[in-house]
Amino acid sequence: MSGEKKKKMIKTIKIDVDNCNGCRACEAICSAFHATPKYSSNNPARSRIRVVRDPLKDVFVPVFAGEYTAAECMARDKYVIDGRQYDECAFCRASCPSRDLFKEPDSGLPLKCDLCEDLEDPSLEEPLCVQWCLSDALTYEEREEEVEEEEEPLDELEIGLESLADRYGLEKIMDTLARMSESKKG
Amino acid sequence: MRYAETGYNLEIDLSRGSIERVETDPRETELYLGGLGTNAKILWDRVPPEVEPFSPDNLLIFSTGLLCGTPAPGANRTIVSTISPQTLLMAYSMMGGFWAPELKFAGYDKVIIRGKSPNLVYLWINNDKVEIRDASHLQGKGAIEAAELIKQEINEPKAHVASIGLAGENRVAFASIEQGRSSASRLGVGAVMGDKGLKAIAVRGTKDVNVARPDELLELCNEVLEYIKVRAENPIQGVPPILAGLGSPQEMAVHDEKWHTENFAWGNARHRRKDFWNEEVEKAWTETLENVRERFISCYNCPMKCGATISVPELSVYMMKCYSKLTYTMASMTDLDFGFKIAQLATEHGVDAFSAPQTMAFAVELYEAGILTDEDMPGFPSDAEERFFWLLDRIVRREGIGDILADGTYWAAERIGKGAEEYAHNNIKKHEQLPLKLGMLNPVYFLMYCTGEKANITQIEGQFPQAPFPSREEREEFVKDWIQVPDEKLKQYFVDWELRGDNSIPYYPPIQASCEIVDWMEKMHYIDDATGICAGLSSFPLKPPYHIHNLPRVISSATGIDIDEAELWEITKRNRTLVRAINVRRGMRRQDEKPPEDHWRKRFPELEAKLLDEYYKFKGWNNQGIPTKEILDELDLDYVSEDFLQRGILTDHEGSHYKETSSEKKQK
Ligand code: SF4
Ligand code: SF4
Ligand code: SF4
Repeated sequence: MSGEKKKKMIKTIKIDVDNCNGCRACEAICSAFHATPKYSSNNPARSRIRVVRDPLKDVFVPVFAGEYTAAECMARDKYVIDGRQYDECAFCRASCPSRDLFKEPDSGLPLKCDLCEDLEDPSLEEPLCVQWCLSDALTYEEREEEVEEEEEPLDELEIGLESLADRYGLEKIMDTLARMSESKKG
Repeated sequence: MRYAETGYNLEIDLSRGSIERVETDPRETELYLGGLGTNAKILWDRVPPEVEPFSPDNLLIFSTGLLCGTPAPGANRTIVSTISPQTLLMAYSMMGGFWAPELKFAGYDKVIIRGKSPNLVYLWINNDKVEIRDASHLQGKGAIEAAELIKQEINEPKAHVASIGLAGENRVAFASIEQGRSSASRLGVGAVMGDKGLKAIAVRGTKDVNVARPDELLELCNEVLEYIKVRAENPIQGVPPILAGLGSPQEMAVHDEKWHTENFAWGNARHRRKDFWNEEVEKAWTETLENVRERFISCYNCPMKCGATISVPELSVYMMKCYSKLTYTMASMTDLDFGFKIAQLATEHGVDAFSAPQTMAFAVELYEAGILTDEDMPGFPSDAEERFFWLLDRIVRREGIGDILADGTYWAAERIGKGAEEYAHNNIKKHEQLPLKLGMLNPVYFLMYCTGEKANITQIEGQFPQAPFPSREEREEFVKDWIQVPDEKLKQYFVDWELRGDNSIPYYPPIQASCEIVDWMEKMHYIDDATGICAGLSSFPLKPPYHIHNLPRVISSATGIDIDEAELWEITKRNRTLVRAINVRRGMRRQDEKPPEDHWRKRFPELEAKLLDEYYKFKGWNNQGIPTKEILDELDLDYVSEDFLQRGILTDHEGSHYKETSSEKKQK
């Protein structure tokens, strides 16, 4: 792939778990922001950031809601850091059937951090959870990166196919596809 | 729609095992706001003075503050109210943490407990689903331990649990209710919970709390956060480090303990150690604290991190904040690492970190004076640390001498006799006080000690510096950005306040000024106790982010009830007067309103009498400290004045304090 270089804004929220005091201000303000009308109600259970919090085990992990997944992972991860064992899936951002995290409490619909509607409101200099975290556990960074023009975000199907191609080779995939479409017709 | 509040209380009758969800009257919110205010109204209405603390008819109310669950930073207080087994007056103890917002999200403003369960139970409030569950397997378990077990049992790690330990179960008069990093520990609220057979209340909520004018409220919240940042960068000059910042005193962070260790008394509130603090101690204590402290932690929606998780080798982790860091160490005259060790056990047992160490130090003194003997205390160790462990264990189990000590120093002294009363010397209204023994009477503090309804100085002081700064320039500097004062004249009182000379204590601030200063400080606490905003961001520290000029707008925009400063003062005065009325109806009079005899070495009986006279008048109370009919009616508390007339607490022709004074003469 070749082509023109293009500038792209990379937006990152850096999470420093060592600085988290477990106050959940981030949850409070995120849920308020996404209320309709804005800020009209408060409910951390609707927040798109959740602080996994178990003070006696010194577990304080702010997690941002990521993608929705229809099925849970085949195996769960379990981290040990500095000798401290975190619960299963502690750092996972997915709204997944295995847990009630990142789902609307009433409808069960998945929640996802949208970076405060992509910071479209010009009065929002930084994501709200970052603004309300006075302990520097969350910091916002923007940087510009040069990227290839073509690199438009792939859609889900393409991502999946590409990963299959990586694994089995493109030819094998095409053979399989051909066979599958035959048998469907028959 | 109800804003900021949910409009529903949970009524639990533990004798019958019944659970009701009851809608509240919005008019009550307009009159008393919420939290302590509406608690007081319920106690007035439903707990007559004949009801004993350990009667099934006594209520135990867990209330959220009005603003808990809104985005207002630091609005997280649970206000626990009941009748105290120690003072026999109204108890209102508060705790921070996460419990109150969670209750709001579950859809309730208060949990009101009456009756008594025949066996130990806990309550599980999960949104609309509320259950009374068996807790017999939790009997004797530590408060934190039980909370963890309950969370596992209900399979809800996000639940917040308020629980009691062995002390509460055994009705120790200074038993606390523990919850996460916070506790409601004063005045024996844990004992009433234990008496009701209630081990814990677990709560989980996932509903919305609505606010009336979102944009306005958010702007005010952002201002509060901005001001917190400003104050973090600009600690107050001229005061000890512990008083320079916001929040509860930052005991978990501060290493310089010169002020506490040299100004507060050690042992049974006896000994000042004016040359205690030196480099060696500082080094050792810094090391101790750094070793056990795992992480600074905050309450719900607050950046102040006043607490910390504490991990002492070989003991389970617990959480601590504030001055409890030092109370056990100083009462036992030992070292800081002992303080952290015994505080772990004391937190699990659930006892108040002021009263418990004081009571143990009292027992040690009685033993040394020969009033308590080996016969009373068989096997009492000789080592100071072991003695405290020995005493704590017997107190929370109510075993042997522990059964007597478990009632606190006042009642224990009465039962022990033989002059033990002299050793219960640090009480106000039968309640153990901070171990402070000072030189010269301070008129402002005198009034606060006498009249503070909570009988705890930290719950009435704040705002106004505790002592003058040495130079006029420093004082003028201090008042420059003092935006919190309700009236400019308070600045002048401070500027004119000198360390020595005519304008120094005990005759300065003058009586009228002292009344105004105390009234301001007290009112700020009463506002917090109704809104649930932590005193650490509001009524307690110097120059806080919440104050009388922004609180009316915070309350109005959150609730939609439009109030201005004057109206907020009025509501506050109503709440304050109602709390007093409950206590007056339970027999509290002027003779009960006095600081410990030895609090100051230099006392001024004439001045003190005058201070109290004038302050009572200032408050609209008669010479006995009883609110007059005039003031009661003015505050829409005519149901109180009617009751007082009926009971003969007030008589028809003594509506005003002037007439009251003459009636007092008659009594003499
Ligand atoms: S606001 Fe910051 S400190 Fe508080 S819980 Fe969220 S990430 Fe942690
Ligand atoms: S960036 Fe915005 S949407 Fe995402 S978690 Fe933070 S507050 Fe919520
Ligand atoms: S100031 Fe401290 S005690 Fe108060 S709410 Fe904040 S963290 Fe809790």
